[in-house]
Amino acid sequence: MKRTKIKLLPGNIFPQLLLILVLLAMVIFLSVASPFFLTWDNLRNVFDHSSLYIILALGMTFVISSGGIDLSVGAVAALSGVCMALAMQGGLGVGISILIGLAVGGLVGAANGSVISLLRINPFIVTLGFMSLARGLALIITGGIPIYGFPRAFTWWGSGHIGPLNPPMLLAAFMAVLAALVLNMSRFGYYTLALGGNEEALRRSGVSIHLYKIMVYLLCGVTAALGGLVVTARLNTAEPLAGWMLELDSIAAVVLGGTSMKGGRGSIAGTLIACLLLGILRNGLVILSIPSYYQQLLIGMIILSAVIFAEVRSRKGLASTHKKERSTAV
Amino acid sequence: MSNDAGQEKRIPYIRLRNIKKSFGHVIALDGVDLDIYSGEVMALVGDNGAGKSTLIKIISGVLNPDEGELSLNGKTFKHLTPSKAIELGISTVYQDLALVDCRDAASNIFLGREPLKAAFFVDKKRMNRESEELLRRLKVSIPSVTTPVEFLSGGQRQGVAVARSIKLQGRMITFDEPTAAMGVSESARVLKLIRSLGDEGFAVLVISHNLHHVFSIADRICVIRNGRLVKDFRTENTNPDQVVGFITGSNRYSGEYKEENITA
Ligand SMILES: Nc1ncnc2c1ncn2[C@@H]1O[C@H](COP(=O)(O)OP(=O)(O)O)[C@@H](O)[C@H]1O
Ligand SMILES: [Mg+2]
Repeated sequence: MKRTKIKLLPGNIFPQLLLILVLLAMVIFLSVASPFFLTWDNLRNVFDHSSLYIILALGMTFVISSGGIDLSVGAVAALSGVCMALAMQGGLGVGISILIGLAVGGLVGAANGSVISLLRINPFIVTLGFMSLARGLALIITGGIPIYGFPRAFTWWGSGHIGPLNPPMLLAAFMAVLAALVLNMSRFGYYTLALGGNEEALRRSGVSIHLYKIMVYLLCGVTAALGGLVVTARLNTAEPLAGWMLELDSIAAVVLGGTSMKGGRGSIAGTLIACLLLGILRNGLVILSIPSYYQQLLIGMIILSAVIFAEVRSRKGLASTHKKERSTAV
Repeated sequence: MSNDAGQEKRIPYIRLRNIKKSFGHVIALDGVDLDIYSGEVMALVGDNGAGKSTLIKIISGVLNPDEGELSLNGKTFKHLTPSKAIELGISTVYQDLALVDCRDAASNIFLGREPLKAAFFVDKKRMNRESEELLRRLKVSIPSVTTPVEFLSGGQRQGVAVARSIKLQGRMITFDEPTAAMGVSESARVLKLIRSLGDEGFAVLVISHNLHHVFSIADRICVIRNGRLVKDFRTENTNPDQVVGFITGSNRYSGEYKEENITA
């Protein structure tokens, strides 16, 4: 019994360990390459930028763990931000406006989940449709023109100060802890992973898979809307084209973090580390004044190698563990 | 249908009447009547495509029959749902086992029934402990209840699936091909486990291709062919050759079954 645990544990956290090593290597390299990198101002900058990616990637971790995908999060962030702005323009309070924005995100998420689950349509196509729909709505209700100028109580969510930190960082940290607890220790988390592992088994256990699938996408819609809050508050502008390509960034972070695209396995810690890694990478490339075209190229290469590495490892690992286990069994 | 067992006085755990089910043009079940009793291991045998799995799926609520009804506890149902079936005490060990491969044994055994502490957290410690106890009682040995079940052997996975169906507090357990793709010693273990469930008072329905296995555990043997129940034996009143005759349709002395021997 002990032997199996020892054998399996490193296997389970191996991708995250590797990620931490890569992260450390990057930190060491960058601090040698630039004296500016390890200053608090710069690190704060990195955390500040990463917080947006973290918030979105947390919801995405649930969706991908459940065997799905959500391409609509960037557009939902924009739509929610625009809705918050319009609510405030219309004279509503800051708190209620934020809630309206979050509700819009949740609503689009629930719509995603309902179509995917009840009609059994591929999540890629459904969320692609809702991506376009949400973006279109954001453009229509603003007439394509950004909305400026919000009360201080609203912009605080993007650029306020809480000691040396700011609200987006704390929001990201709080959400990460919450997400880890929910994914690993709650029934909702268990069923999210079971959905990704074997949906039919969950159904035959008498669990309503529609309910849980819809909830997973709803959650992702709400985290997207929280991202919209952060972006809108930070820029003091609700921009219908905000969050462009944000869906790809968050999917990349989730996959890089070791969550399985096949579903059934998800790591909040991995997502968190991956977001920081990508944040440091972007920051490093700026510090080293490498043109932004190369950023795209490099991030693409990192994601591809991470995915290929994880796939090769899981194939090999499965085969060898299988043999060992069988020979010691019964 | 002939029933040479004198069971008129006993009340069946579940009673199926005139169950019909088609998939497009394929008639999988063509009016099946079946009574299943507590404390009895009933084997359902038949050729590939005879309709055995379809029947089990109807009993467990995974499929809805086109016609017919099921009676349990004095109530009659047109169809069940998985959660309704579980509520009525029917648990099923499916042919594909329906395990979540990437989750551990304890999580699979408690799937859909996770105990909570503080109203939010899954009580994993309790799940692990009770899973270990249950597997020990069933004499299923696995390396650890925290090992993902994809790393277990066929017999161990079967054991986990059985443990789950018992955890559902079923009074009736159905098995679809429990020993398929299993080694000799593993099969023997699983068969012993199934027999012991019958002795413990469960109503047991087991599908198998292997007549040797069937004769070693069953109290009753029912033969299904082309979607119809063609014979219901007490095990002591028959022999493998006779059963094979009914499975393939070459044995026609009952006179009711004249169709050609076209087995899938
Ligand atoms: N989901 C399905 N869709 C279409 N045909 C099916 C389906 N399930 C079973 N069948 C057909 O119904 C018949 C009975 O199948 P099944 O109950 O699986 O047989 P058995 O378990 O006895 O081998 C077969 O002809 C099979 O091809
Ligand atoms: Mg079958």
